[in-house]
Amino acid sequence: MNPNRKIGDVILKAENISMSFGGVKALTNISLEVREHEVLSIIGPNGAGKSSMLNVINGVYHPQEGKVTYKGRTRDKMEPHLAAKQGIARTFQNIALFKGMSVLDNIMTGRNLKMHTNFLQQAWYWGRTQREEIKNRKVVEEIIDFLEIQHVRKTPVGRLPYGLQKRVELGRALAAEPTLLLLDEPMAGMNVEEKQDMCRFILDVNDEFGTTIVLIEHDMGVVMDISDRVVVLDYGKKIGDGIPEEVRQNPAVIAAYLGTSH
Amino acid sequence: MEFQFFLEVLVGGLLAGVMYSLVALGFVLIYKASGVFNFAQGALVLFAALTFVGFQNMGLPFWAALIITLGVMVLMGIGIEKIVLRRLVNQPPISLFMATIGLSFFIEGLAQMVWGTEVHGLELGITDEPFEVGGVFISSFDLFAAGISGTLVAVLALFFQKTKLGRALRAVADDHQAALSVGIPLQHIWAIVWAVAGFVALVAGLLWGSRLGVQFALTLVVLKALPVLILGGFTSVPGAIVGGLIVGAGEKLAEVYLGPYLSGGIENWFAYVLALVFLMVRPEGLFGERHIERV
Amino acid sequence: MIYRESGQFKTSYQNDSVIFPIKQDRMFIFALLALAAFVVPMFASEYMLSGILIPFLVLSLAALGLNILTGYAGLLSLGSAAFMAVGAFATYNFLVRVPGMPLLLALVLGGLCAAAVGILFGLPSLRIKGFYLAAATLAAQFFVEWVLTKFSWFTNHSASGVISSPPLEVFGIALDTPVSKYLFTLAVVVVLALAAKNLVRSSTGRAWMAVRDMDVAAEVIGIPILKTKLLAFAISSFYFGIAGALYAFILLGTVDAQAFDLHRSFQILFMIIIGGVGSILGSFLGAAFIVLLPIVLNLLGQLLHGIVSTQFLSNLEMMIFGGLIIFFLIVEPLGLAKMWQITKEKLRLWPFPH
Repeated sequence: MNPNRKIGDVILKAENISMSFGGVKALTNISLEVREHEVLSIIGPNGAGKSSMLNVINGVYHPQEGKVTYKGRTRDKMEPHLAAKQGIARTFQNIALFKGMSVLDNIMTGRNLKMHTNFLQQAWYWGRTQREEIKNRKVVEEIIDFLEIQHVRKTPVGRLPYGLQKRVELGRALAAEPTLLLLDEPMAGMNVEEKQDMCRFILDVNDEFGTTIVLIEHDMGVVMDISDRVVVLDYGKKIGDGIPEEVRQNPAVIAAYLGTSH
Repeated sequence: MEFQFFLEVLVGGLLAGVMYSLVALGFVLIYKASGVFNFAQGALVLFAALTFVGFQNMGLPFWAALIITLGVMVLMGIGIEKIVLRRLVNQPPISLFMATIGLSFFIEGLAQMVWGTEVHGLELGITDEPFEVGGVFISSFDLFAAGISGTLVAVLALFFQKTKLGRALRAVADDHQAALSVGIPLQHIWAIVWAVAGFVALVAGLLWGSRLGVQFALTLVVLKALPVLILGGFTSVPGAIVGGLIVGAGEKLAEVYLGPYLSGGIENWFAYVLALVFLMVRPEGLFGERHIERV
Repeated sequence: MIYRESGQFKTSYQNDSVIFPIKQDRMFIFALLALAAFVVPMFASEYMLSGILIPFLVLSLAALGLNILTGYAGLLSLGSAAFMAVGAFATYNFLVRVPGMPLLLALVLGGLCAAAVGILFGLPSLRIKGFYLAAATLAAQFFVEWVLTKFSWFTNHSASGVISSPPLEVFGIALDTPVSKYLFTLAVVVVLALAAKNLVRSSTGRAWMAVRDMDVAAEVIGIPILKTKLLAFAISSFYFGIAGALYAFILLGTVDAQAFDLHRSFQILFMIIIGGVGSILGSFLGAAFIVLLPIVLNLLGQLLHGIVSTQFLSNLEMMIFGGLIIFFLIVEPLGLAKMWQITKEKLRLWPFPH
């Protein structure tokens, strides 16, 4: 990690978020802060509410209580397309790629907010639309180079192995040039090499572009290595928040992971 | 006098509604068990009616024709499951739906090829004399049809709720894999369901056939089951009943009271527009299950 | 062996994103268009033009519309014929009630009317998806049919509910021969097909496919879901409208609302299932199939003259259609277009197996 990286002020603040589905309480009174340019990991046993927390941050779920402050504006709930417009991008736990399209098209779709031609111009294509397409294609090709997936760029994503699909999903999130990147288990199901590659990509993104990263991850080695701070969730409640060393020694966290009876 | 007329229209509509419920029931059965909306149910109704009438015209007595037609319908149901549905198990539900559209064309073509396209009369031996209840005229045929439909619906509702087989059917509808893993024989279940749907189609075919005459227009009646299901909820047997009643009564009342202002024909689209409104307000229907999408 | 792609490397993104990247394909398409525009009018019989080619072109246009809506945007519609009807009747009213209205303008206006109705019936797609949306489109089908039949204003108060084509001319050339009608239709369809292909390969097309494949993810990227869906409804209905107008005036000459009934909607759906959903080429293949099959069966009937009745043949036609739908859904859900693609790939290697 680049020691000269400067971590900035708080860019995202979640206060007292509570959310339930029917009778199941997914999140109870969660508050956390994310500072600009940092890498924050959210960890916890399965079902702790980590994905739900990410979903609240970018508006896919709406909490019953609490508020989210992002870039200075406080809201009761976020809407997904607003989140996207304000520079939040994410990947999903169960790969949300567009299975009918190629790798190239999937990542190009990530550029959608940057493309401004209307449908009439597109029906004509030659001229403004073509220039815009080529301009954005160049950006997308850079991302493809960065993620080392040139050889599969025209393949329909449904045919790719799991690890490559995860990379494509990262590419699509990066295509939006986000300020805040939410990654939901980006390394799930990968072997050691793939994990190393993924780590490298994530750190490079944080380094070169200063993208703030919030990631959910189960691999403790990875978490301790790359995070600036760690938040621990268990049964929808926050039980730990601090730098990796602190969290590692927190008795509540140890109990949660070792499964002492609650 | 006005109120009596209103009652007559209402009762007529309600009775027709019970018959819609019967048709809707066939859909609910298959949807509950396999998650497929069987567009071909209409074609099955037509086929059943045509087959019965065909056998009758060949000289067979009522009960013999009935039993043989029942056998044909059951075989047909099992055949459909084996030949078409089994091959499409892994496809998204929309593909299955389109396959049933194809199936309906196939069955209709087959029915007309085998039995011809003229309109046939269907005699069930029940006269259509109106009788009076408190100054309101009710058609005795309508009452009889409603009675049969109601009984069948009640029997099937009980079947789903109380019996082991019914439980198995509900499990299959929920999750095929899970049902398999607890040892429910998937293919048997589907075969049973389609056979029962064939039977329901037969009853519906006989009732509607004797009301309207056996002809191609029967398939349009069946299309009306769709709004019934939307109102009632696709997975609910009581929903099919309530939905049917609302559609039946609503249609008739709209035709009689709104019709004169809009020069008639309201029955053609009233049910569908009502369903559309429902879809905007309460997509899962009155009794259906709410579907929560988790990401 | 038949396809020689070697040596055709793309050196710029511009070259990579043309419609027909392989040079042989480009030449083939140009040759086909030249054939269609110059050779066919000289040699084709009237029957060939009016009975096969014009229906093929008009129905391809409708299939294109449905492919945009259902194939690319994933919104199943069972009411396509209703929008065709709107286009036909709207164009008729513009031509008949506005003196001196040029044909092309009337067509476009008719298409826009169809688009407006399409947007209206597309509004439910905000809240309902998939199969339920298909049910809602049935409401469109029946309601529009009823409105156009009941209110005689639409048919200019004709007693029989039928609209007849006024004499048509474009840029001073009268469209009264099969050849002129054919060329006009060809021009319209080629332009609109090109527009469709362009739309589908730009960000609009990608937005449609994203919404089709996973709308939650699309929303998260920032794609406006309702706008995207409504645009699909609007544009596809525009295509339906123009197809309907062409069907009414160029193909048939006179038409009533029943020509655009549920059966027609199913016909268009079958075209894209057989031809290939989500494929521009598929629209044409499917339309060709649907137009040619009855003719082939007819020929068969004539050969077996006296043995089988026409009734038998039309029932057989129904059964074949139904059976084919099931067959394609089981064996090749992406239709003839996908089969064609696979054939092309095999041809690249033939006679080598791999």
